[in-house]
Parts: sequence; C-alpha cells; structure tokens
Amino acid sequence: MNLLITGAGGQGIILASDIVGETAIAAGYDVKKTDTIGMAQRGGSVVSHMRIAAQVWSPIIRQGQVDLLLALEKLEAARWASYLKPESIAIVNNHALPPLSVSLGNARYPTDDEIKDILKQAADRVYFINGTDRARELGNIRTLNIFMLGCASRFMPFKVSVWHESIANRLPEKVRQINLTAFDRGRKEVQIVGIRKS
Amino acid sequence: MLLSGNEALALGAYHAGVRVATAYPGTPSTEILEAIARFDDVYAEWSTNEKVAMEVVLGASYTGVRAMASMKQVGLNVASDPFMAASTTGVDGGLVVICADDPGAHSSQGEQDNRHYARLAKIPMLEPGDSQEAYDFMAHAFDLSERFDTPVMVRTTTRISHSKTVVDVKRERALPDRKPQFKYNAAKYVMLPAHARLRHSLMEERLVKLAGYAETCPLNQVIWNGRDLGIVTSGVAYQYAREVFPDASFLKLGMTYPLPRNLLREFASKIKRLIVVEELDPFLQENLQAMGIEVTGKEFIPRVGELNPDILYEAGRKAGLLPELSRRKIESGVELPRRPPLLCPGCPHTGIFFVLSSLGQRSKLAKARDRTLADSPLIITGDIGCYTLGTYPPLLAMDTCACMGASIGEAMGMAKANIDKKVIAVIGDSTFLHSGITGLVNGVYNKAPVTLVILDNGTTAMTGHQEHPGTGISAQGKEMQKVELEPLVRGIGVRNVSVVDAFNVKELRSSVRSALEKPELSVIIVRGACAVRVPKRGEPWAIDMDICNLCGACLLLGCSAIQRADERLHIEPSLCVGDSCAVCQQICPKKAIGPQSKIPVKGTG
Repeated sequence: MNLLITGAGGQGIILASDIVGETAIAAGYDVKKTDTIGMAQRGGSVVSHMRIAAQVWSPIIRQGQVDLLLALEKLEAARWASYLKPESIAIVNNHALPPLSVSLGNARYPTDDEIKDILKQAADRVYFINGTDRARELGNIRTLNIFMLGCASRFMPFKVSVWHESIANRLPEKVRQINLTAFDRGRKEVQIVGIRKS
Repeated sequence: MLLSGNEALALGAYHAGVRVATAYPGTPSTEILEAIARFDDVYAEWSTNEKVAMEVVLGASYTGVRAMASMKQVGLNVASDPFMAASTTGVDGGLVVICADDPGAHSSQGEQDNRHYARLAKIPMLEPGDSQEAYDFMAHAFDLSERFDTPVMVRTTTRISHSKTVVDVKRERALPDRKPQFKYNAAKYVMLPAHARLRHSLMEERLVKLAGYAETCPLNQVIWNGRDLGIVTSGVAYQYAREVFPDASFLKLGMTYPLPRNLLREFASKIKRLIVVEELDPFLQENLQAMGIEVTGKEFIPRVGELNPDILYEAGRKAGLLPELSRRKIESGVELPRRPPLLCPGCPHTGIFFVLSSLGQRSKLAKARDRTLADSPLIITGDIGCYTLGTYPPLLAMDTCACMGASIGEAMGMAKANIDKKVIAVIGDSTFLHSGITGLVNGVYNKAPVTLVILDNGTTAMTGHQEHPGTGISAQGKEMQKVELEPLVRGIGVRNVSVVDAFNVKELRSSVRSALEKPELSVIIVRGACAVRVPKRGEPWAIDMDICNLCGACLLLGCSAIQRADERLHIEPSLCVGDSCAVCQQICPKKAIGPQSKIPVKGTG
C-alpha cells in the first residue's frame, strides 16, 4: 500500500510516518519511507512517502498510485491531488494554515469548494475531519498528527495493539498517554464521519 | 529495523570498527556523524570545516586505526585538497570518505555530481542503493581501503541518506587488534615532489588492480530477466528502474569506480538494447561509451534535477520503451499558493534583516511608492544558513549567496571595485568559523571598507542544531573549549567591533548606521538564541484591533505568526514565542501590539 502524509513543517508529519513504518515492520512487511522537508526546519511544505508491501523498490510513490492520503492541512492535501487515483482514500484535516504569501496579499488561499473540487476530481472517497478542533479538545494541539493517524489507521491492515506499541515506543512518557488517547479518538472519528460519508 | 541511509552508514562503520569519525554538518549528510557520535567507543567530532575533518581522519588513518569523514557534496569541494593528498599518500588504517550528493538541490547551492571526484582522485567509489546496502557497504569500504592502500569514497544521495528502509543487522562491532602507532615512512607520507612523483605511479598501479578487483566485486550484481532491454544503473536509480522496467535485465553496480570492464562488455553482448539509468551527469554512460559499448541514457533521461519513477517512466516512454499512460486528469483553474520554508517566529535573524531591508529601502508597504531593488543604496552579500531565507519577500535582504564563507570576500571585491554603494556582508556564526575567518583576515590586511554582520545564534541551525567551536560543546555532548567570537575578531585586528542584542531593533539600526558611516572595516556581532532552541515560550503577543490601522508594517518582518485573514491582522498564539522576541511590537508605528493578556479581547484579533 502507498501512503502519502502531507502538511506544513512543525505539524509532526515525520513522527507520524515513522510510527506507520514501525507498525508496518512489526506486522511483517517490507517498508520504505522517504520525506521531503525542504531546506529549513519549519514552515515549509512537508511530504512523507510511505510504501508498504511484500517487496518495495522505489521509496518514492508514483503519481496516481497513492492508496491513502493523510493531509494535516487542506491546501497541502490539494497540492498532492495528482498522486491520487479514483480508488484512493483521502483524509484531510479541515484546517487552513495560510502561507506567508497569502498574509502578504501576494497570493490567495483556495476556498473550501475549490479544495474539495480538486480532491474529488482525483479520488472518490474524500473525508474532511476537524482534526485541529479535536486535538484542541484533547488538551494538546500537538496531538493532531496522532489523532489524524488514528483516523487513517482505519484504512490500514494493522492491529490496534501493534499501533499502540509503536506509538508508545516513539513518544516520551510525558505525552504518551494523551497521544494513545488521541489515536483511539481518531479511530472513532472516522466511524462517525464514515456514516455521513462526505 | 527501519533505518535511514545515514543511520545505516553510521552503524555499518561502527560495526566495521571505525575509531575516529569527523564531519561538518551539511544536508543530506549530517545524521551520519550524529548517529555515530552516540557510540562512546568512537571519537566523533564536529570539525570546523570539511577540510579539517578530512585532515583529522587522515592523521588517524596514518596511525593504523579506521577512520571516516562524512560531508555533503559541496563539503568535498572544501575538503578536496586533503582528499586528493589522501589518495596520493594512501592510508594505513582504513579511511572512508562518505559524500552525500543532493540531486534536486533540496538543500544545496548546486547539484554537482561528485562521482567525478572518485575519478579525479583515482580512488574506488561505492554507491549503496538502500539502507541495507549502506550498512553492508561500509565493511567493504574499510576492507578495500586497507587492502589497496587507498581512501575509499562512499557516495550517497539525499534519497538514499534520508529514506528509511529495512536493515538486517548481521554483524557486531569488530575492532582490529592493534595499537595506534605511526610507522615512519617519508616516501609515503611526506609529499615532497620527488615522493609525489613516485606515489603517482603507485596510484596508477593501484587503479589497475582495483579495476581487476571490480570484475569479481560482490557489490556488482547481474539480475537476468528479459534480454530485450538491459539496464546499467546504481544507487537509488536502480530502485526506480526496477519499478519502471520490471521485465528488463540489470547490471547493478555497487562499485561505480573503477568499472568492471569485462563484466560490462559481457552484459552488453547478451542484451538487445542497453541503457544507463543514472541521476545527474552521464558518468557511467560516458565511461561505457569510452569503452566502445553502444548505449543510451541521457538522450532521454534528464541530467538536471532529482530522478524519480514518474520522470523515468516519461523518459522510457519518450525512448519508445514504455507505453503511454492514461490517467484521470484534474481540471482546476486554481493556482495553489506555494509554501516555501521561512524564518521561524522568534528567529534572531528577523530583526537584523528587517533593519537591513529598511535601511536598504528594500521591503515596502503595499501602498509605498514603487522602487526596485536596483535602487537600493545598500548591497548585502549573503552566506549559507537559515538566514539565506532572508532573500525572500518581504525581507528581500540578500543579494548574493555563493558558498560557505563567500560573503566577506564578495563584499570586499565589490568595495575594491569601487562600487558607489555601501556593502554589508552577512554570515552566521557556524559559517564564520567554518570559512569566514580567513576572509576576514584578508579584509583586515587589505583594508576592506565593508561591514560584516555575524549572526550569532549559538548553533548550526539550518542542519538541525549541531554544536560548533563557538558553542564549546562537542558532537558527543562534552564540555570543550569555547572559541569566543569577539576576542577572535579583535585579535585578527578589526578595530570597530560591536555586539548587539538580536531582538533590539533600535540598537540594531543604530549600530548598522554607525558602521556604514565608517570608512573602514567594521564587525557587528548580532547575538540571540535560535528560536527553536529557546526552551520556554513566553505569553504570546496580540494585536489590538482598536488601535491597528492595518498599515501592514508588522507583515514586513515575514514572521509566519503574523497572519492576515480578511481585513484583520492576527498573531497566531500557537506560533508566537512572546517576549523573548517582541520585534513586531518595536516596529509597530501605532503601538498596537502587546502581550495577549493586556490586549482587550475583541473577536479573534
């Protein structure tokens, strides 16, 4: 399976994809993952390609071959639409982080309809999730990545216990429990949204 | 286990018994030394620069221990002098140079293909194609080095170094059972011309022996599938090629210099059509062509930019090797705004760049009169680090950036050419220590009438916060001797030296002004900790929308915490670092910015 995780720098994308990788290995798959993080620490577009199969060659996913897109920011979801195929599932955090060019008035942030239109042309199943609100409700906005991972986990063939173990392994004691809770809430969230089917 | 290529290289070297490891941080190579520094029984250092890193491992190798230096592709330019010397003298203990190229220039000033260096230096080169190979090849590299009395180059690329793939760790650390000792041998180690000529013929003999070894080198593999198409490839390009051409046969080269000529000829003779799949230059292709083998590759595979399976597929289609793909097209007239990297909220570079930008009349308010950067009375030569991002709007505060340390020499050259504008050079603390010092010595000696701004954020921020001589902490977290910038600069002979708080806009402005008025060399050290390293964030700031008149001055900082939505300005509290920065408050003409708790709540502003 090909998974693409996108968002803006600082949202915890690399950690999320590391956790997917550890989970997939624990489940006995070959895994390759590659991140493009640009030149600076923060703020830029981030994308993580993750490939899970019996044997994987290229770490980079080809356009039109993503099975599951997990986007922590909605503009960053639309940016990678060409990687989707009709059967893809896209899980998008319904949250905007306007780039500086938008604040400076040099560019326009696309409207929700425009983003939806781009994504729905590419894939049949697109779910918008209020992840940022949910993470805030959980009491720590930084759990957004793990909450969204919980949502995405519904579409990946790994057991909850394996997920929990790799999350617990990667996160320090201080924030371990809240992230495990965030993951479980994410799993539930998709059930709820799934019924409404966006 | 899932390891990045860089982690696997480090673990491979560790298990191969490396004793001394050096590096200067540089994307995509940085994590190699970070990973090896975690082992207590290796001496690992951040060297001042790659040249010194290379010299340190050369000395270590001369004592018989295994040593390695790692660097990014342009780092090898800096290290090229001792690198070439290492090839001439040869080694005692195994000596490996890991060079991480950056096709696509994700984080570099160029895309140079360092495979040419192996040929230039007449040394063997290994190219792993995933983390497993990165781990395995290191043991081969050290063995080859000792067996053939040569430094060995291991060349990786961003995609190999930064991808994580599964590694089966087969070995444990094995240390050769010998005490470090230097065996006197002037004809080998003292490169007087007479000795150098002697060594040159030994280098040529070595290359012939290595070429013989290449024929049976286990790192080169043939994978037979269909005979219609044969592909010679290496590194990550192999992975793309396996994916895009599943029916082809492959000669996958793990050792890409010198080449196994007989093996290549034999492979070519059994194949109907032969192509080379490689990133950047036609390095393998031209070598094959020089051997008289009929082969194509760069006729349809781009030599610019990073390769990926999509680009390779398109190339294969153009070459008539693959069918056209039909895909669902997305039709949307919407242009998605780009999201380039930015200086972080609370960055200590923001204030000084705002000052340079405004003194240089560069950034401008939306309603300001039209002027171009060509009209700026100030030229700002830049250098390599996070601060290179000061080039982007709205700051527009950098005119040049060539290579590490170049800002000072370039500024001086412009001044000596008698340009009728003031020239300021801007360099970071780590970059200054890397290769700015000699430029400054030159500036003092040759009386350069320029101003040098050293941005001292107390770390090597861009590559992920590595220590450097100015921090006084070693790569392994030990307390070392700190090199103080101010006495260093004064010791070189600079008379006008000031140290300014990076978050005090008024002071920054007056010190730049006064330096520009002086007809001689001045140095301003702008000091402020990197925002990412400040452990405690203060209360975020906010904008009082009753006072704000939307002039937009605060937006000229390019701080990503300050956002405009509809006709309101807003400081994103999750991004703002608070009173450790407060630069926006200082430049707001209406004094509308203050701590969140002191701003009357009104809507979301």
